[in-house]
Formats: sequence, structure tokens, C-alpha cells
Amino acid sequence: MQNEIFAQSASRIHRLDPRCKIVMATLYALVVALSDGFPALLTALAISFALLGMARLSILEVAKRLALVNGLILFFWLVVPLTFPGEPLFSLGPLTATQEGVLLSAQITIKSNAILLAFISLIATTSVGALGAALSRLGLPGKLVYLLLLNYRYIFVMEQEYHRLIRSVAIRGFRPSTSLHTYKTFAYLVGMLFVRASERAERVYMAMLCRGFSGKFHALREFSFSRNDTIWLASMTTALLGVCILQWVY
Amino acid sequence: MTMIIELENICFSYERGKPVLDNLSFSLPVGEKLGLIGYNGSGKTTLMHVIMGLLKPSSGIIRVLGKSIETRKDFQEVRRNIGFLFQNSDDQLFSPTVLEDVAFGPLNLGKSPREARKMAMEFLEKLNLKGFEDRITHRLSGGEKKLVSLATVLVMQPKALLLDEPTTGLDEEAWLRIESLLKQLDISYIIVSHEYDFLARTTQKIYSMKAGRIVYDGDASTLHAHLHRHPAAGHPHHHGMSV
Repeated sequence: MQNEIFAQSASRIHRLDPRCKIVMATLYALVVALSDGFPALLTALAISFALLGMARLSILEVAKRLALVNGLILFFWLVVPLTFPGEPLFSLGPLTATQEGVLLSAQITIKSNAILLAFISLIATTSVGALGAALSRLGLPGKLVYLLLLNYRYIFVMEQEYHRLIRSVAIRGFRPSTSLHTYKTFAYLVGMLFVRASERAERVYMAMLCRGFSGKFHALREFSFSRNDTIWLASMTTALLGVCILQWVY
Repeated sequence: MTMIIELENICFSYERGKPVLDNLSFSLPVGEKLGLIGYNGSGKTTLMHVIMGLLKPSSGIIRVLGKSIETRKDFQEVRRNIGFLFQNSDDQLFSPTVLEDVAFGPLNLGKSPREARKMAMEFLEKLNLKGFEDRITHRLSGGEKKLVSLATVLVMQPKALLLDEPTTGLDEEAWLRIESLLKQLDISYIIVSHEYDFLARTTQKIYSMKAGRIVYDGDASTLHAHLHRHPAAGHPHHHGMSV
């Protein structure tokens, strides 16, 4: 399993205070999601690309992520123009595509890509550890923060256990098919995975107790707000206001 | 002689099972390094968990540093004085980065983030793990995980250590590093293992666990000579690496 491939770099974006990045990415997503005018949306898309450029990420890896989401959006394009009521644009046999439908599909496409790009540039460039600490500093309850961190830590362990189980059935000649035996085997695998996860959770908790854990989490990381952060925050706010104004005017 | 850990007539059994610990009595004096050997399922890990207060014995007395341990609060005190190295490092290391994991104990002891960070760095350096602080815990090798686990326990400056199968699954190099680290430690410890050779090299006395009790086997050096014959005596060697 690949992880944090975008977080290991040292671009200007990577060096920003994670707290700023989280707040800005959230505000940005909110503004873009609520906008529907094309000038505003296209400007947002341009801002996203600018952020991506600043983060200097591997274009290939970013494209892979985008392809995943746009695959889903392709289905919207197949369905929405033909089913949304409005002015007919063209006909395909018994089906009629509407102008409104096409515009809506275009909006969805631009919005999703803009938000996704911004999150890749801002959030994926932060390590999960830093993200957890930043969320905790921003006031997210400790339990939720540790839920995120522990999930991240143990998802790889669980993945290993899953592969171990899969191998153990594979070497005994198991081949999935549409049969009761297959369903049963998968049910056992999933059940076993849950049992192991809960046993693991118990052991991790015991190990934490042994190191003096008493229910309260303490954060180690300290963040510093630098001049760069201020500059970035100011320009990002201006850009966002620009999008808002464009949305309002047009 | 002052005792760090004293156990008197401890009994323990899992639900509806045979007793795992049967009237067990045992003690760890200050400054001693003991080995505890036994078959799988002989109750070694259970015993460690009872000492740490993770499992509650059905009867018997536990004393740590002369004080009888009964309440949850007592056990919280025990956990400051006795460090426990879990068999599986993935259970012990739960933080995203090495530094955060090593600093977890000191933070729980009420140190400030700055102090905790300083202590963590200091112990990482002591264990020759300088430069590991920002490594992601789940990406470490088995040997590295074990060493970092040891750092997370030692950073709490315990008076004694309990080590549960510290060499299981480790390669030769990691094995030797753990061995030399343990030899340098000037605190008491109990190592649970099924590798006689490892115990012989890191402990002074070896006990074994049989039928829920602890039996004294002998002085580690004579026992070693008695049980194994090494033609190349004096030459660094070990066996039992059957994993």
C-alpha cells in the first residue's frame, strides 16, 4: 500500500503551517461547492492549478488521482444531460439532452476537480501525524484525532494480516467462485480480521497503559506561524474573496 | 536484600480454564538480571501481565518496592517503576513517528512537550537511534521496531524492566544489538524467552516455568555450560534462531 507519497517534499506549500492549510482548504471547498457561476468556478480551477504548481507534485501521480474521480464523473455525463429537464440541446434517438443538464454536468466536473486539486496540494502535502496534531490544535476533540492517527497507524498492520489470511487460503487451493463455499470462506476471513483487530486493539491499549496512559492525550508537536504563513494566508483570502465576488456579480 | 518485585502465592486462571498460575511465588531483587524460560502457554506472558496489573490474580500478594499493590492507583505507580517491553513491537508503537512514540511516556508522566522531546532525543541517542526521530513507525524494520520499543520504555527511567520474548523474529544483527544493549543496562530486569542461549548471555540466573509455578534452574553460566557444549568456546556465537 502506498501512502503519503505527496507529503515527502519541501516545496513552499509543504513548509506552510498545517493549521493554515486545513483552515484554508476547508473554506476553499465550501466556497467552491456553493458557487455555480462559470467565471467563479473557472477562477477557482485556476487557483487550484496554481496551488498544485506551488506544491511541485508528481504530475503523473496527481493525474492518477484525478482519473479515479473523473471516471465517476463520466457517469454523470452519461446520465445527467439526458435526464435533467430543460431546453433541448440535441437528440440521440429517443433520448434528448438538455442545455441545463450539460451545464450542470460541467459545473460538477469543474467543482470536483478544483476541490480535489486543492486538497491534494494542501492536505495531501501534510503528513498524517502533522495533520492530527494540527486538527487537535484547531480544537478537534482528542478522541477523534486519535481515531484518525490510530487508524492510519494500524491500517497497514491490518492489511498485512489480511494478506496473510488470503495467502493461507490460497496455498490450500482456494479459488473464489460464485458458490456458498466462497461466500463462507470470505465471511470467515472478514470475521477473523475483526477478531484479530479487536485483539490487537486490546494489546495496544495495554501497552499504552503500561506507559502511563490515563485517558488523556498530550500533543508533542508545536507549530509556529511564520511570515510565509501570513503572506500565504493573505493571498489565499484575497483569491477566495475574488471567487466570491465573481460568483456574486455574474 | 531489597526486592523490586515480590509475588506471594499468586493464582490466576482464565475463565473456566485450568489455573495458569498456581500458588506462584517469586521475587526480583535490586540489581539482578533474571531469565524466565518455559514452553509456549506455560503462563510466562500471563505472569508479566499480572505484575503490570493488566490481569487481576484471583488470589495472592504483589509487592513492588516493598509496597503492597492493590488498587488501580497502585498499579499506575507500578507502571512508572517497571517498564514492560511487549512481545510484538507493533502493539507497543502506535504513534505516527518515532519521536512521538518515545515522548508518549514522558508526556503521560506530566513533562512539558519541550522536556518530553528532549528526553526522547536523549534516549534515542543512547540507543544509537539518532536520526530516527522523524521515521514513520510502521515502516521500520523488525529490529528497528524492537530498539525503538526499548527506547519508549527506557525513557520513562524505570527501576526494573520486564521483557517478553525480546528476540522473537529478529535477525542476527538485531539480536546482537539487543544483547549488547541489555548487558550495558544497570537496572534489574526479567527476560522471558524460550531461547536458552539468549538468556544465558544476558542474565545471571535462569528460572523456568512449570505447571503454573517458577522453579529455579541455576546460575546462568553453569547452566549454559551444562546444557550446551560449544566446541568453539569463547568464540561469539548463538543458536536458537529457528524462526
